[in-house]
Amino acid sequence: MTRRVWIFGDDIDTDVLAPGIYMKGPIAELAKHCLETVDQRFAPNARPGDIVVAGRNFGMGSSREQAVMALRELGIAAVLAKSFAGIFYRNAINLGLLVLICPEAGRIAPGASLTIDTASGWATDAKSGETFAFEPLPPHLMAIVADGGLLPHLEKRLRSTRHAEKTT
Amino acid sequence: MPQPMTLAEKLVARAAGREAVRPGEIVTATVDLAMMHDSGGPRRVAPMLARLGATVWDPERVVLVSDHYVPAVDTESAGILDLTRKWAKSAGIARFHDMQGICHVVLPERGHLRPGMFAVGGDSHSPTGGAFGAYMFGVGATEMCGVLVTGEIWLRVPETILLEWQGRLGRGVVAKDMILAMCAKLGMDGGRYQAIHYAGEAVAALPMPERMTLCNMAAELGAQTGLVAPDATTREFLVAAGVPESGIETARWQNDFGAAAAERHVFDAAALAPMVAAPHSPANSGPAAEQRGVRVDQAYIGACTGAKLVDLHMAAEVLKGRRVAPDVRLLVAPASTRTTAAAAADGTLATLTEAGAILLPSGCGACAGYGAGVLAENEVCIASTARNFKGRMGASSAKVYLGSPYTVAAAAVAGAIRDPREFLP
Repeated sequence: MTRRVWIFGDDIDTDVLAPGIYMKGPIAELAKHCLETVDQRFAPNARPGDIVVAGRNFGMGSSREQAVMALRELGIAAVLAKSFAGIFYRNAINLGLLVLICPEAGRIAPGASLTIDTASGWATDAKSGETFAFEPLPPHLMAIVADGGLLPHLEKRLRSTRHAEKTT
Repeated sequence: MPQPMTLAEKLVARAAGREAVRPGEIVTATVDLAMMHDSGGPRRVAPMLARLGATVWDPERVVLVSDHYVPAVDTESAGILDLTRKWAKSAGIARFHDMQGICHVVLPERGHLRPGMFAVGGDSHSPTGGAFGAYMFGVGATEMCGVLVTGEIWLRVPETILLEWQGRLGRGVVAKDMILAMCAKLGMDGGRYQAIHYAGEAVAALPMPERMTLCNMAAELGAQTGLVAPDATTREFLVAAGVPESGIETARWQNDFGAAAAERHVFDAAALAPMVAAPHSPANSGPAAEQRGVRVDQAYIGACTGAKLVDLHMAAEVLKGRRVAPDVRLLVAPASTRTTAAAAADGTLATLTEAGAILLPSGCGACAGYGAGVLAENEVCIASTARNFKGRMGASSAKVYLGSPYTVAAAAVAGAIRDPREFLP
């Protein structure tokens, strides 16, 4: 499946991802303002399955998980960035957002139509045929993302443990 | 002979129950203290705990502070504060500080930190605790839920980045200027999510609240934590905060001789001038003199970074016998209720209000757009806070400059940015 991309620069911070003045309200409302101070077109036009492409230090700033939740709410399938801020990176995995370190992210063109192979670590632009290498997530982190985040992942594990206890 | 370790490695090794650790290893550490606030705390973690059918592993290791939505201004913020209070009671959290000030300042003020601790906070400025020789870092709410259930957290053993300040600071130059200079030199990701260790003659000479400013803004350097090795200054502060002398170890929590830092950067304290960060990044910093004449609508002294008692003293030095310029509003939100009490007792508050300052409640306030003092479209503000990201303090077209309390007070008096040394005797 090919995906549309939204291109952003370096140092995208948590205040532009999840503005403080909307933090009191529900996530659906907050998500409408996600990244509006850098690109007003993004939140109203982002579609489920779209990909965010960015430069260095994506998600710098606050520990607020709403920065991740807003992207999830908009249906963003993955963020490919040259690098991520530490707290954001951990939050993203804990909430099931695919975050991929892609040193070549700067070469991805605004009109690209990407396919992502999480196992091999290659993103391909279906239009130009260009490929971009990213660091695949280690399997134990990929499993958390695949389950939708740490909480559903833990629930699943608890269920299977309880099931195993019952059947033995 | 055991391998020499850095302070960060020793702190992590102790918490992981290991003799030694090496940078890059992934370890699971036992958490001595978990700090949460009203914004990222109970309102986020309570539903997660309920979903897992779990309770807090050890309520005595939790500190809860309501500081973001204080005091309530509408039914949403009132509801968040109400939920926080009720959860504190039901979860049995005795160390709950409701509207007593900002978590990073309240924590050491109430004697909750000491050298050697391993602590997490549900806020990115949690490295402030590193000023006391504790390994402390910020986490999101889901990660915090994990800590509350297990009492543990995984981390990659950090490399140590040594930031060494040789010589002594000049008059009117303070920790805020040091950290802005480091942000300019290293960039917002210069800390690489590793451990920063501030050292050198100028750092050793700083009082605790100033060391807190350095460690607080390790977040702006993108580090996991920021540390200052504990010493007699640390001990004196903690004893005054009620920590039993016997519980304060300083000799153990030092860099071992010969321990290897991954990076070392040396700065000249004597050559440093008052600094100002231009919009929209703390890394966009240079000497205040280069921004001379930039007109301001608002001057804000507040937040965990810049409204402790020493910060208010700096502002008062500039404001004594002067008046805030016409068309400028100076807002002061002391970092904690104890800060307010001390500033009232020593006459500092009177100096500020006689100059025209408007006092605001103790809390995170306008710094992140949560409380009173947010900005209108195209307004210009200079603040003693940590961050000047676009739209953080209000309207997205507003411009925020960062400086020390000296520099903010000088701009309030002049109506425009100045080198604050022009106003100091």
